[in-house]
Amino acid sequence: MPKRVETVVLHDSSTPILGDVQKGGNVVLTSVETLLNQARANSLWPLTFGLACCAIEMMSTAASRFDLARFGSEAFRATPRQADVMIIAGRLSKKMAPVLRQIYDQMPEPKWVISMGACASTGGVYNNYAIVQGTDQIVPVDVYVPGCPPSPDALIYGILKLQEKIKRTKAGSLQDLRIVELEPRQLEQVKA
Amino acid sequence: MELYRDVVKPMLAGFGITRRRLKHEKVTIMYPEQKREQYPRTRWRHVLTRYESGLERCIGCSLCAGACPARCIYVQAAENTDEARFSPGERYATRYEINMIRCIFCGYCQEACPTGAIVLRNDFELANYKREDFIYTKEMLLEPMPANLS
Repeated sequence: MPKRVETVVLHDSSTPILGDVQKGGNVVLTSVETLLNQARANSLWPLTFGLACCAIEMMSTAASRFDLARFGSEAFRATPRQADVMIIAGRLSKKMAPVLRQIYDQMPEPKWVISMGACASTGGVYNNYAIVQGTDQIVPVDVYVPGCPPSPDALIYGILKLQEKIKRTKAGSLQDLRIVELEPRQLEQVKA
Repeated sequence: MELYRDVVKPMLAGFGITRRRLKHEKVTIMYPEQKREQYPRTRWRHVLTRYESGLERCIGCSLCAGACPARCIYVQAAENTDEARFSPGERYATRYEINMIRCIFCGYCQEACPTGAIVLRNDFELANYKREDFIYTKEMLLEPMPANLS
């Protein structure tokens, strides 16, 4: 029985957010999904996709002062085959867009995308013919991190938001669990 | 003797570095539990401020929207009347929207504002899941009423 969340709660991992629809869980898969979600959320290996100045802050996030290793994400991978989350850091030009899509398609399921910074998320100040106005036109984005560039703690907050999202994932079918890869995820419809 | 010179001595020297490092202060900021001190001029989330009387400072002049290099501010102004008074000036903002994800936090709006209504404070935790959720409306941006008035 779907139940709509009505009360506002302070965000915390695994607390539901206002407006979320809680689906009734699958009895058989509850412990499997908890186990998988915990494992996935706490070992997010990012794929470096540094396109511009945001990449500097992304590198700083992994360095000792902010230490992304505390969240199990220290292993920045330059190859899509070993990465779980793609951090798009910087403005995406239209020339780079097919490359981004190809790299995204090469990542194994389950995969997530963080759009870091104003340029990657919307185009930012570069509202012109050369820059894609939001990477969600190319790949489905899970978390947007605003800022120009976002400071390392803002990016860590974005990664924590993604971990919350992963921990809330319900496994109703094998496709939701994403053990098997059935068909590529569709782009979410964005209101104009 | 060669064993000491080639193996043991360099190893002890290497461990010495580790031992000296243990005394150093830890640099890591344990972010979600502990936040680093922000610089006084840090520019993050916008706030629309009020006067001490509870009236809004914003007079709906759209100078912030004009100064914005990312064109992410939208202001719609209306006339104040004596019955419904929101700001001390002639006009006030009925709608004040900032596209927080297109904003580059340059602070030009704060510089352009003649009444000091829009200020950038240091709340950086803005990440979210949907692009629609980043349109910050006037209700979200406006400071709460001063405690002695509400």
